[in-house]
Amino acid sequence: MNLDLPRVPIGPAVEATIDFLVEHLAFATRAFSAVADQGLRFMESSMMAVHPVIVVVAATILVFLLTRKRGVTVFTFLGLGLIWNIGLWSAAVTTLSLVVVATLIAIIIGIPLGIISAISDTVYRIVRPVLDFMQTLPAFVYLIPAIPFFGLGRVAAIFATVIFSMPPAIRFTNLGIRQVPKELTECADAFGADRWQKLIKIQLPLAKTTIMGGVNQTVMLALSMVVIAAMIGAGGLGGEVWRAIQRLQPGAGFEAGIGIVILAIILDRVLHQLATKD
Amino acid sequence: MEKIVLKNVVKIFGDSPKKALHMLNEGASISEISKKTGNVVGVANVSFSVNEGEIVVVMGLSGSGKSTLVRCINRLFEPTSGGIYVDGQDVCALGPKELREFRRSKFGMVFQHFALFPHRKVVDNVEFGLEIQGVDKNQRREKAEKSLEMVGLKGWGEKYPEELSGGMQQRVGLARALALDPDILLMDEAFSALDPLIRRDMQDELINLQHTMQKTIVFISHDLDEALKLGDRLVILKDGAVEQIGTSEEILTKPATEYVRKFVEEVDITKVLTAETIMKKSEDVAYLGSDGPKTALRKMKKNAISSLFVVNKDHTVAGIVFVDDVRRLADQGETDLEKAMRKDIKTVSADTPAHELFPIMQDISYPVAVVNEQNKLKGVIVKGLLFSAIAERGGE
Repeated sequence: MNLDLPRVPIGPAVEATIDFLVEHLAFATRAFSAVADQGLRFMESSMMAVHPVIVVVAATILVFLLTRKRGVTVFTFLGLGLIWNIGLWSAAVTTLSLVVVATLIAIIIGIPLGIISAISDTVYRIVRPVLDFMQTLPAFVYLIPAIPFFGLGRVAAIFATVIFSMPPAIRFTNLGIRQVPKELTECADAFGADRWQKLIKIQLPLAKTTIMGGVNQTVMLALSMVVIAAMIGAGGLGGEVWRAIQRLQPGAGFEAGIGIVILAIILDRVLHQLATKD
Repeated sequence: MEKIVLKNVVKIFGDSPKKALHMLNEGASISEISKKTGNVVGVANVSFSVNEGEIVVVMGLSGSGKSTLVRCINRLFEPTSGGIYVDGQDVCALGPKELREFRRSKFGMVFQHFALFPHRKVVDNVEFGLEIQGVDKNQRREKAEKSLEMVGLKGWGEKYPEELSGGMQQRVGLARALALDPDILLMDEAFSALDPLIRRDMQDELINLQHTMQKTIVFISHDLDEALKLGDRLVILKDGAVEQIGTSEEILTKPATEYVRKFVEEVDITKVLTAETIMKKSEDVAYLGSDGPKTALRKMKKNAISSLFVVNKDHTVAGIVFVDDVRRLADQGETDLEKAMRKDIKTVSADTPAHELFPIMQDISYPVAVVNEQNKLKGVIVKGLLFSAIAERGGE
């Protein structure tokens, strides 16, 4: 039997929506573009302005000051030294810059959203399915709408990365605030605290560890996405991997892969330490 | 003066409180309402008032609605119906901002599990209420230190709550409430999480503090011993409704319902009965200076007793005389009773609990004089009286 049902027009609808948004959200995309681009330039130029050895030593000292752990500090020194040694320094700087800028934007948007969804059950009911959707959609799919908005290149990569890495920042902030014992928020209410006082003096300080856990996840997701975003011209270590795949150079691909792992370990250890301090 | 007035307060948890309220007013039982509407009635038509400077203990088992009730007073829970008036102000009529102001100025609250903020030092915990009010740093530090001193925690301010024992943590909770110098203290099972010895200390401490503070206190408890000890009056709740309101004495001697009677049976009567409730008030006495041995003998004979208390003109206790000594004195023709009088006698105050009377009475062969603060004789307790009082109340 041949059922002649009309096809549900999901694809055309998405395209129409994107076209509409590209046309009418130009001001927003231009603003995002400016922020992302300026941020990237600033990060890269400040790290490339001095000799890599100085940056490696400075990063090592910074890691020690933040963590006070010998293992991580030594690893940072050796790892960054290795990246420089195998000629991936500038790619690593680009990747790190992309991660930092994307993470900052994701956090600046994500944490307030998390706070609002913790306070309002209605907001949470709307946000939660969106987050589920965002996290289950394959990472590559985010690359596609980024292109019509920003064209090929690093800004599009950052956009896709922000979208992909934001959910943990929202989720963990929401969770952290909701986990604050009821008796404590009740106590703040009983003493006549308003919503803002309650948030600043009680809820956020007590949710700090959980929120930092979310930030850690966001950074890790951003790093993985930045590598994938090499496909739309993000460059950096991901770009090296991408090129190695296209040219069938397993050695070069492996080297760039190691560079990514080194960055990931340093970032994870430092953030973990920051989250559990106090 | 009435400080807090509750009028027919109802609190219903659930999504169709109106229907449940209607059923409640029609006289439906709580389990019936729960079955038909799925709503839980926390507080059902509770009315009582608390006078200024009075401690009212709201007592009931878990699930009786006592914690819900206290949260209705400062509207941490919104009452479903009924009125709550503090200093004549209808609390339910306050807007959000006024309510915050009202909470800041009127109420201090102490919680069962202390509710100390783990990320703040002890002194910062105590300062919390003042900080919320916007009091400047120096002034609130000063008040916080004073408040900590009041609860016996001077010098502990720089510690974190987790470094303190349970009893000390609750002292911090109390200090935090007192730092605001509120008119009203709401204490939700404040001592229930403490072990029995510490709990008793805290009860004594609260009684001592109350002597100087004269706050209006609503104290929630599931422990009748605690309620009887602290409360000027008790409100006994069951299933969200009032079973009985009254003084310790009234609750113990005239339980209004079967439920209260069962509760009262559990009480250790010797801790509740005081010297004042046991003593005999109309005992004859001899007046020093005016009564001679012959008068004393006659009074003893009339009352069929072998000893007689001697008081001064202002009714303060002077001593005691025994029948044998007085007879000897009379035989010798003496007229001064003082010569037969023993002055080193035991006296107790009116609020001495019965269980403390036992050891005192064991050591002496004569009755004990009950006196007030000015050492004036209020009554007399003889051994038989003590035992019969306990047998009578305990054996019901």
